Amino acid sequence: MRSLTAVPASSDTFHAPGPADFDLPGIFGSEVTKPMVLVVLSAVIAFGLFYAMSRKAAVVPGRLQFAGEYVYDFVRNSIARDTIGSHDYMRFVPLLFTIFLFVLVNNFFGVIPLIQFPTMSHIGYTTALALITWLVYNTVGVLKHGFFGYLKHQTVPSGITGPILIALVPLEFFSNIIVRPFTLALRLFATMFAGHLLLILFSLGGEFLLLHFEPRILGIGSGLFSFLMAIGVSFLDMLVMFLQAYVFTLLTAMYIGSAIAEEH
Amino acid sequence: MFKTLVLAAAEEKAKEDELNPLVPHLAEIIIGAVVVLLLLWLIAKFVVPNFEKAYAERTTAIEGGLQAAESKQAEADAKLAELEKQLGDARHEAARIREEAREQGAQIVAELREQAQVEAARIVEHGKTQIEAERQQAVTSLRAEVGTLATSLAGRIVGESLDDDERSSRVVDRFLAELEGAN
Repeated sequence: MRSLTAVPASSDTFHAPGPADFDLPGIFGSEVTKPMVLVVLSAVIAFGLFYAMSRKAAVVPGRLQFAGEYVYDFVRNSIARDTIGSHDYMRFVPLLFTIFLFVLVNNFFGVIPLIQFPTMSHIGYTTALALITWLVYNTVGVLKHGFFGYLKHQTVPSGITGPILIALVPLEFFSNIIVRPFTLALRLFATMFAGHLLLILFSLGGEFLLLHFEPRILGIGSGLFSFLMAIGVSFLDMLVMFLQAYVFTLLTAMYIGSAIAEEH
Repeated sequence: MFKTLVLAAAEEKAKEDELNPLVPHLAEIIIGAVVVLLLLWLIAKFVVPNFEKAYAERTTAIEGGLQAAESKQAEADAKLAELEKQLGDARHEAARIREEAREQGAQIVAELREQAQVEAARIVEHGKTQIEAERQQAVTSLRAEVGTLATSLAGRIVGESLDDDERSSRVVDRFLAELEGAN
């Protein structure tokens, strides 16, 4: 700790990265920020890529189409069909596929060189997604069961009667109708935010240690170690990026599936 | 440094109050939602139908192939069954012909045997008849000859003395010798 005080406080004091680092200024002084550009770019990339992959619709797929079908199959069969059931799932495949691609591409912006910013670390975008999910599963539920039928479907667990319902119904309503969009939005936002913050911390901290820390030996050693950690965290973050896209899509499918289920 | 860190943290804290990352910007929600809905429209309109079309075509192709294979198999099975039936028929026919030939052979042998027996019987009968006729003829001619002989013998015997036993036996002996000589 004694050596830490030797750091010159004037120019090279290390500021730990925080939420302020996520508040990027508008590009060219306008109101348009980097995440706004990225979110549009992600849609262009996702559509362009998968339109190119699916355009031929060949019976015997080429390499590109095979890759596209691999991803599409994953969402269509592993997520949508297995969760919603083979009767209704096809209606929701476009939505689930869109959500998966959108979240995946935006998450991976965090590790793509020159872009290096996960759009989903801004809670506004995850809120938009969670709102869409919330609207969709509640709407299909109401359409299927009727307004009060749907409320009963979501709040009264089957096979339970008596006074326990007084406690259960508000709880179920709270968890199934109110909490779901918040957890959806927060989970995705928080993981992306934390992953990116860790990356910034290890890379900025590593840079600081490497260039300015006294004694130099200790600074260079720990700085290099910090960069190694940044690389390790990047790989971990990539796993998390994929997992979060999967989890968001899977939960959306589960909410839709439970909303249109015949019984609990 | 610790002091600096605390100060820095306090500074950050002050900033954080302004930049609470948990408060979404309305602009971001709107942009996010619009982009997602646009992407959803594009994907639903252009990407998903293409993939599904490929799947459907693939399913049809595979099912068609399976059906063709099945019909080919059925055809082959039918042909095989037909050939086996033909083979069985041919075997049956051959066995029938063999059986028939055997029967015919046996019949022919039996017929021939019968014919031969009839023939033999006929020959025997014929022989018997001939013998009988010849015997009859012999008897007739013998009877006539014996009559003549008896007459001539009686004449000789009567011509000689019939009292002398010795003489009469001599006469008979001579007569017999003559007979033998005549022969």
